[in-house]
Amino acid sequence: MEEIVANFFNAEIATAALPLVASGILNTILLSLMVIPLGLAAGLVLAVLAQSKNPLVRWPLMAWVDFFRAFPPLVLLVLLFAGLPFMGLELGGFACVAVAFMLNNSAYYGEVLRAGIDSVPNGQIEAARSTGLSSTQAMTYVVLPQAVRNVLPDLLSNTLEVVKLTSLGSVVAVPELLFAARQAQSTTFNATPIVMAAVIYYAMLWPLVRLLSRLENRALAGRH
Amino acid sequence: MTKIVKAHAIHKHFGALHVLKGVDLEVAEKELVFVIGPSGSGKSTLLRCLNRLEQPTSGSIEVAGIDMLSPKTDINHARQHIGMVFQSFNLYPHMTALANVMLALRKVAGKGKAEAETLARAALERVGLADRGHHRPAELSGGQQQRVAIARAIALEPKVMLFDEPTSALDPELVGSVLEVMRGLRESGMTMIVVSHEMSFARAAADRVIFMDQGLIVEQGPPAAIFEQPTHERTRSFIGQIRQH
Ligand SMILES: Nc1ncnc2c1ncn2[C@@H]1O[C@H](COP(=O)(O)OP(=O)(O)OP(=O)(O)O)[C@@H](O)[C@H]1O
Ligand SMILES: [Mg+2]
Repeated sequence: MEEIVANFFNAEIATAALPLVASGILNTILLSLMVIPLGLAAGLVLAVLAQSKNPLVRWPLMAWVDFFRAFPPLVLLVLLFAGLPFMGLELGGFACVAVAFMLNNSAYYGEVLRAGIDSVPNGQIEAARSTGLSSTQAMTYVVLPQAVRNVLPDLLSNTLEVVKLTSLGSVVAVPELLFAARQAQSTTFNATPIVMAAVIYYAMLWPLVRLLSRLENRALAGRH
Repeated sequence: MTKIVKAHAIHKHFGALHVLKGVDLEVAEKELVFVIGPSGSGKSTLLRCLNRLEQPTSGSIEVAGIDMLSPKTDINHARQHIGMVFQSFNLYPHMTALANVMLALRKVAGKGKAEAETLARAALERVGLADRGHHRPAELSGGQQQRVAIARAIALEPKVMLFDEPTSALDPELVGSVLEVMRGLRESGMTMIVVSHEMSFARAAADRVIFMDQGLIVEQGPPAAIFEQPTHERTRSFIGQIRQH
């Protein structure tokens, strides 16, 4: 018992590791604030393009989305980090995470938003167009607000996954939370920093999970 | 009299399906034209061609002097002059009644916020819903929703109003309030094309009734003539059918 406390819940080690872990939290938040909007924006572009009736737009788009949904994000990240230098292009860890996540997340966000757009009845677009709104205006003011509301739980659940996935940044030496904790662990020869990281991830994500449950319950209740 | 709608030789195909087979329709200013006919005869498609929600396969359409089928026509601008009311209301559920009416005033007619709001309130007042502006569609009855939809269209001061079965989704006790608003519009001189089977309203308010079947206008005339002495067998049997309801 004592051994467990000393190795996993060591207050002394925790205090010493705190500055490093704190900077890890900051980087995880920064990384999330970067990759979530990027993924959402790129996903929105994909979802809107997917409304096109032109097969020359639809087919490549579908192939693109399928490809990045099937490609493991960790492999993609390592490939960018380790592979691009061979092409004379060296991106830092941060930039690699940004690009890899944008390719991966936008495919997921794109599919969610596309389902949201499809869930809005066609009569909404027709009503908007009949008053003279352009197709872009109808999309912006009429379809998208309803689409987002209809798939809010899925968007949030995807966002949760994205935040978790930022820990992959540790593989390419981005000093986010997991990386910082590993660093602290290897210098102190103690697992306490990892436990700290786990607790912090939980504390950050638990409110989102609660919110998600509430949204899901509300969606179920609204479906009569 | 000036014709505000001039549609000639309208054909519409959906793939192999020939839905409109050469329809001619002219509507004079301030005229109220009723269109009746069996399900699938092409009434909705005809209306939707007039504001080009549907692209006719061939023919010509002029509304308020604008060539609706010319590629040079700014269709979004042209549609401001043609209000449309749908069977299923199609109000924007995420906006209040007032915001529903204001959207096109702001984004299409380019009005400022204050002016758009004044115009929207006036439109809601015309349909008897001045006090419902802050309600979402889900908080309104079907009849109220349809009247908001009418307000949304008339706020843009259209030259023509198209109604596609505006009362057929309503509970019987709510139909009257919508017809009342339509009667008021007519009295104010609005040109209207109404697809509906509300015979008593047609009798009281319509200048002309058109009977369509299988993509063609079979016959047309004043309501009394069409309802009491139809010349075609198909008209007679159709009117017999809707009488029974
Ligand atoms: N977008 C479409 N694609 C394929 N067929 C269509 C489409 N819209 C309408 N049709 C077909 O065109 C025909 C005419 O339809 P339309 O809706 O104009 O009839 P209607 O007279 O309004 O009928 P109702 O009284 O049932 O509303 C029908 O056979 C219908 O199935
Ligand atoms: Mg119809």
